[in-house]
Amino acid sequence: MKRYHEPVWQFLSPSLVVVGVFSLYPIFESFRLSFYRMILTLPWLGQKFVGWRNYADLISDPVALSSFTTSALFVAVTTPIEVLLGLGMALVLNESFRGRGWLRAVVLIPWAVPTVVASQMWRFIFNDRYGVFNYLLFGDATQFYWAPLAEPGLALMSIMIADVWKTSAFAALIILAGLQGIPHELYEAVNVDGASAWQKFRHITLPLIKPALLLALLFRTIDALKVFDLVFVMTQGGPADSTNVLQFYGYKKSFAEGMIGYGSAIAVAVFLVSLLLSLLYIRLLGAGLLRKERAA
Amino acid sequence: MRRIAFAGAVVAIGAFTLLPFLWFVSASWKSATEINSIPPVLWPSFHWDHYRAAIAEHGLLHYIANSVIVATATTLLSIAIAALAGFALARFRLPWGRFYLMLLLALSMFPQIAIAGPIWRLLNFLGWLNSYQGIVAAYIALSLPFAVWILATFFQELPYDIEEAALIDGCSRWQALRLVVLPLAAPGLFTAAILVFIHAWNEFFFALIILTYPARQTLPVGIALFPGEYTMPWGEIAAASTIATLPLVALTLIFQRRIVQGLSAGAVKG
Repeated sequence: MKRYHEPVWQFLSPSLVVVGVFSLYPIFESFRLSFYRMILTLPWLGQKFVGWRNYADLISDPVALSSFTTSALFVAVTTPIEVLLGLGMALVLNESFRGRGWLRAVVLIPWAVPTVVASQMWRFIFNDRYGVFNYLLFGDATQFYWAPLAEPGLALMSIMIADVWKTSAFAALIILAGLQGIPHELYEAVNVDGASAWQKFRHITLPLIKPALLLALLFRTIDALKVFDLVFVMTQGGPADSTNVLQFYGYKKSFAEGMIGYGSAIAVAVFLVSLLLSLLYIRLLGAGLLRKERAA
Repeated sequence: MRRIAFAGAVVAIGAFTLLPFLWFVSASWKSATEINSIPPVLWPSFHWDHYRAAIAEHGLLHYIANSVIVATATTLLSIAIAALAGFALARFRLPWGRFYLMLLLALSMFPQIAIAGPIWRLLNFLGWLNSYQGIVAAYIALSLPFAVWILATFFQELPYDIEEAALIDGCSRWQALRLVVLPLAAPGLFTAAILVFIHAWNEFFFALIILTYPARQTLPVGIALFPGEYTMPWGEIAAASTIATLPLVALTLIFQRRIVQGLSAGAVKG
């Protein structure tokens, strides 16, 4: 490759400036703020250095602990369901049938719908007096109707259903890309040996799409940890904090209550958890990249 | 038997993705009594009152204008900046180029809350809260990692010989980028632009904290904070939601192939 005469910073500096000022600096600033006590909207009251106090408060704050459990539960329930559903969708979309192009486009609609719109949509479906969810369960017997978004046990489940609807298609896309990378010859070879559909799936498809499945799982995990829009619109973290996921709790502390120091401590905790997850992700993806470079 | 099961699966997928959405959209054409009725009314009577109310009473056009401005500005600026960075990463031998790509990847995965407080304070300091430039700056930072990744991979796959010929003929790097690489990369630029636009159009969290004046708010904020006094105005919310979603559904159906390619390039190919 020829040497370049123009200095590289001419091309890179705009992105470096934006990333530095609006992504990197804020992360370090969040760490700094987490050691202070201050009110977001009243900066003139000053910043008071409190050391590890915010973190000490965080570990002994029952709401924070339940918020952590809620987030973990949300991730643990939604991501496997989404990946499995995505796998099923991808297997169907990978076959050739009439209307496949149409179905592939339709499947993308939940992904394209703004999350806020999806949230209002599910809120409407889960309505306690005339929601179609209740009608499908109880028919005309309105005296039995549930208020899914107002009952601690059901509210989180409702949000999970909305999340599964919204994001399974994305998992399906990643898995579909993996399926399309499997050479046809492999199937043709075992067709000669008279393998059953299940054997083909178990011994060829599954091992070969394992990286794609892992990617989908990690992507969904990282994303599910950030769930906010659904909670904000559907339940506002309620009832009784039963849907108060970490990102929502951090928002509430920092912005609704203005406790930016304590909110930053929550933010740093969430950040560290996702950092661990994304390091894992980069290891996986980086391994793929290295393979590609060696092949080239 | 197998064929019937397969057809059943196809129908099930279509119903699962489409029916809830169509149900909500149909509410935008139902009268209030139709929305509240048990058993539910399947076919709306095609009232347009909710659309009228959403526009006249809730300033829907204002939210649309804000969304169009913010999403368009974000897309143009983000793609311009990402194209420069992607070009540099694909065509210069940089010892830390790979590190920069990995850093961007890591940044794209962090929860928004991790940077929300400092961004609010920074924009407050600049006097950019409730301004287009404030929200657009935040959105560029959010979409840049993804856009750089897509474009860097795309540029890498372009053949180098035409560019080399241009350089031998005395083109500068800037000319090579402008006259050779960008025209060749138009499909990649377009794919990245669609994805950035959809992301900016749908983004809610930063819009919520940065845009607190209704006059500056984008569609997602307007829809999330839709005012309801005693009962929820479902018809109007559904009407506003339909309008907010329509451009995206159109983009998705038209450019389905491109979007799928872009998303899987960002995710799988790396």
